[in-house]
Amino acid sequence: MNKIIRYFSKRSSWSLPYFIFLLLFVVLPLLLIVLYAFRDNQGHFTVDNFVKFVTQKEALNTFIYSVGIAMVTTILCILFGYPAAYILSNSEFNKSKTTVLLFILPMWVNFLIRTLATVTLFDITGLPLGQGALMFGLAYDFLPFMIYPIYNTMMKIDKSLIEAAQDLGASRAKVFTKVIFPLSLPGVLSGVLMVFLPTISTFAISELLTMNDIQLFGSVIQTYIMQSDTMNYGAALSLIMLLIIGITSLFTGGDAENESPGLI
Amino acid sequence: MALAENKKEPEAHIIDVRHVSKWFGEKQVLNDVNLYVRKGEFVTILGPSGCGKTTLLRILAGFHMATEGEILLEGKDIAQTPPYKRPMNTVFQRYALFPHLNVYDNVAFGLKLRKMDSKEMDAAVRKALKMVGMTDYEERDVNSLSGGQQQRVAIARAIVNKPQVLLLDEPLAALDLKMRKDMQLELKDMHKTLGITFIYVTHDQEEALTLSDTIVVMNEGVIQQIGTPTDIYNEPKNCFVADFIGESNILEGTMLKDCLVRFMDKEFNCVDTGFDENEPVDVVLRPEDIYIMQRNELAEQFHGIVQSCIFKGVHYEMIVLTPDGYEIMIQDYNSFEPGTDVSLIVKPADIHVMKKERLCNTIEATVVDSDHIEMLGEKFQILPTDIEPGTEVLAEVGFDKIDLTDYQEDGTADGDVRLIIYKGNHYHLTIATDEGPYLYVDTTDVWDDGDLVGINIKPEDIRIKVKD
Repeated sequence: MNKIIRYFSKRSSWSLPYFIFLLLFVVLPLLLIVLYAFRDNQGHFTVDNFVKFVTQKEALNTFIYSVGIAMVTTILCILFGYPAAYILSNSEFNKSKTTVLLFILPMWVNFLIRTLATVTLFDITGLPLGQGALMFGLAYDFLPFMIYPIYNTMMKIDKSLIEAAQDLGASRAKVFTKVIFPLSLPGVLSGVLMVFLPTISTFAISELLTMNDIQLFGSVIQTYIMQSDTMNYGAALSLIMLLIIGITSLFTGGDAENESPGLI
Repeated sequence: MALAENKKEPEAHIIDVRHVSKWFGEKQVLNDVNLYVRKGEFVTILGPSGCGKTTLLRILAGFHMATEGEILLEGKDIAQTPPYKRPMNTVFQRYALFPHLNVYDNVAFGLKLRKMDSKEMDAAVRKALKMVGMTDYEERDVNSLSGGQQQRVAIARAIVNKPQVLLLDEPLAALDLKMRKDMQLELKDMHKTLGITFIYVTHDQEEALTLSDTIVVMNEGVIQQIGTPTDIYNEPKNCFVADFIGESNILEGTMLKDCLVRFMDKEFNCVDTGFDENEPVDVVLRPEDIYIMQRNELAEQFHGIVQSCIFKGVHYEMIVLTPDGYEIMIQDYNSFEPGTDVSLIVKPADIHVMKKERLCNTIEATVVDSDHIEMLGEKFQILPTDIEPGTEVLAEVGFDKIDLTDYQEDGTADGDVRLIIYKGNHYHLTIATDEGPYLYVDTTDVWDDGDLVGINIKPEDIRIKVKD
């Protein structure tokens, strides 16, 4: 009995529930994906699923298209999000925190609801659904995830640096290009990670906003996984996407971590 | 530099500050500041934190606008000139180096903005870095430098632009003592070599005395005194300056006639003239100016018993209690054990007599009814008066007639302790009331700077005078 009490009073043993949770809901599913990806319908080991991805153009094309859409979405988010974050972080323009809240507020509403609302919006105004609607919807959905990290980084810029730049002869425009912009880049990077990566794997948004016309990589994976005979191929596609996302975050993640901006 | 009123050669002034006041909302941080700076001078603005010295510097740099008054640079008003167009550069207290640039690019920042030829720029940057002793650090990341090194880079970044005026905002405050002393000497050398006008802000009186040609002492947004370091030290204009610069014994006294002053219930010869007969004054005795010796009744001016003796490195610091209850601080190379009966002598020339700024509190008030007035935003009871209600009056209250309470709720009005001056046998406190006006209180109770206090005044201690 004493042994048990001593075991549970140790701080390290408190992590046990989380450890079990991670094992059951993160590590095990990942292992299952790997397992399924390397098997065929009969359960034999194979690498055919990966060969199929490279040789059959269909999935590969969807993947490249998805990356393209994600890039456009990210660029749109930077174009709209950066000035918004700049204005929000500048006390001259933005006197209250309420405006910040208004920009962040959409994040509290579920993705699907916002997307359905966008569909309705397009219906009412008579605008056609399709690629344009998809890009609008994605940019709209992910904009707060771009604004917030940039805003956070800008808020952390020491105001005395701006004064020092002015003092050394920098006009308002020069202060921006020489000090604020370079110092806000870690925030932009963080925003890119939060917009670009989730957009590649998104599926519900593309289905709703294009009337199932355009399939993004996420939708393709979903379609394959839902059918039992193509489940292994779907698992392989998931694994490929995971690897690519993992590699991209490795490239960008190191720097973003040092500057500790925004949400992650 | 001196008060603007007695300027002699206006053509030599590089900066004129005229009647500058600054309000942040309801709070006045600068009150009618007047001063000028001569070309090439090393001027220090000295004062405790919150006295408005940094605000004044920031107005000069262009980061704040003065609410009233004008700032002239070589005779031209620069109030509307943005900071980036002023031929001045600032060394900031916390360095404000650009973290995304290396040492070289930090220093070159201003020159690049001016589109200087790259060869010329390279030479200038290297020269500036050499001047601050940071050669070979060009490629270093500024975050990898120590505080002292960062401050050197910040100084190089400012002087490389060859500004007409260099503004320094407590540049050494974040450094440790040894480093600070070294940097002080280097700054003084730099000032000589460069020939640039330096305006230096600090709260460190020793730093001010070491570095400056002229010191401007400020408190509560008001200039207290402007003068050379020796003037400020030897001839302080008021208790604040005497107390803030160096150690001092400040005592209440009466000027009996020219060159004769009475304090500690004794008469002393002094060298001060120009006071009214029997005018109340403040007397300053510097602790190093008082001679101390074993008791010898024939040779003494006054005497006392040593209470404490502390070794301070170069000298001993002793507190002597006189039979009349005055505590006097004395610094001497010889030590006297506590309990020793000692004789004390002070030379006439070492007694410094100052005019009192006020003899009692004078507060603006309004009569409410026959036995109440409103002052300091509250209703105070007074002895019955027949002055018409609504009349504006002045209420006079003696320094020792104000009662301070520990809890603000216990007082009719409230405020906080701003300045404490020990006057040998009592404390003279400056209390900032919430409504704005200052109250001056004599008390034997011990209070701390910043204490929140309640204020009570007995009805019989308030004298009412109708305003002229």
